[in-house]
Amino acid sequence: MGRRRAAQDARRGREFEAFVAGAAGRLLHAATLLTAEPPDDNPRARRLLTLSLAHTYACWDRLRGEDPYDRARQYLATRFSRAAWHQYGSLGALGRTRPHPDSPLARLSPQERLILVLRLYEGVAEEQAAALLGLPTERVHAICDRATATLLHPPRGPAPTVLEAKVASP
Amino acid sequence: MNRIEREAAARRIMERTPPSVPPELYAEVVRRGGRMLRRRTAAVRLMWLLLFAATVTFVVWALLAQPWVEPPSETTPPLTGW
Repeated sequence: MGRRRAAQDARRGREFEAFVAGAAGRLLHAATLLTAEPPDDNPRARRLLTLSLAHTYACWDRLRGEDPYDRARQYLATRFSRAAWHQYGSLGALGRTRPHPDSPLARLSPQERLILVLRLYEGVAEEQAAALLGLPTERVHAICDRATATLLHPPRGPAPTVLEAKVASP
Repeated sequence: MNRIEREAAARRIMERTPPSVPPELYAEVVRRGGRMLRRRTAAVRLMWLLLFAATVTFVVWALLAQPWVEPPSETTPPLTGW
């Protein structure tokens, strides 16, 4: 019993290490885009990635053929949207969560960043993204269009802070 | 600029400058994930233990109290001095 358990643990460790080696770079890039931090200084994105990969590790044996990358991405997205929801309007919005101007998505609100990253960077289908975030498909479509337009044709002036972004987004 | 071109341009903007993965990430992930797994296992064990204890308690109480036996009647006075 003990030896079989140890062999199973070792196999799981190898599989998970291969998964992390393959997926961590892309997921960290997505997380850095979400948190709008510069690529070389991204503590919040790293924390988000660590938590979602740890969650994937904890349910590795119960995946039953489901794609672990998909699972990690889902956890990342839902955790980010929950955190963004809590930081709206609270004291956290004033200081540490302001988007860094070096990030390409600094002008977008957290929800716009989330939808843009899921739809365009990760290539998740509109229906799946809508189901994941609990929004109607049309709304995801509209937010994605608006975020793309803001990204390609940024309005003049300095990047808005989180508080202004909150007022601007309905 | 149609929709496909716009989306491709947005993708190009987002794919610039990928961050480098920190080398200590894997160890940290395994540490946290292992802790979550151990806590989950402990919680499941505790639940089973509680269920078992509750079952044992109920069986012992039922055997002692025997609630299915009709209690002796208390309304009729006992026949004494017959």
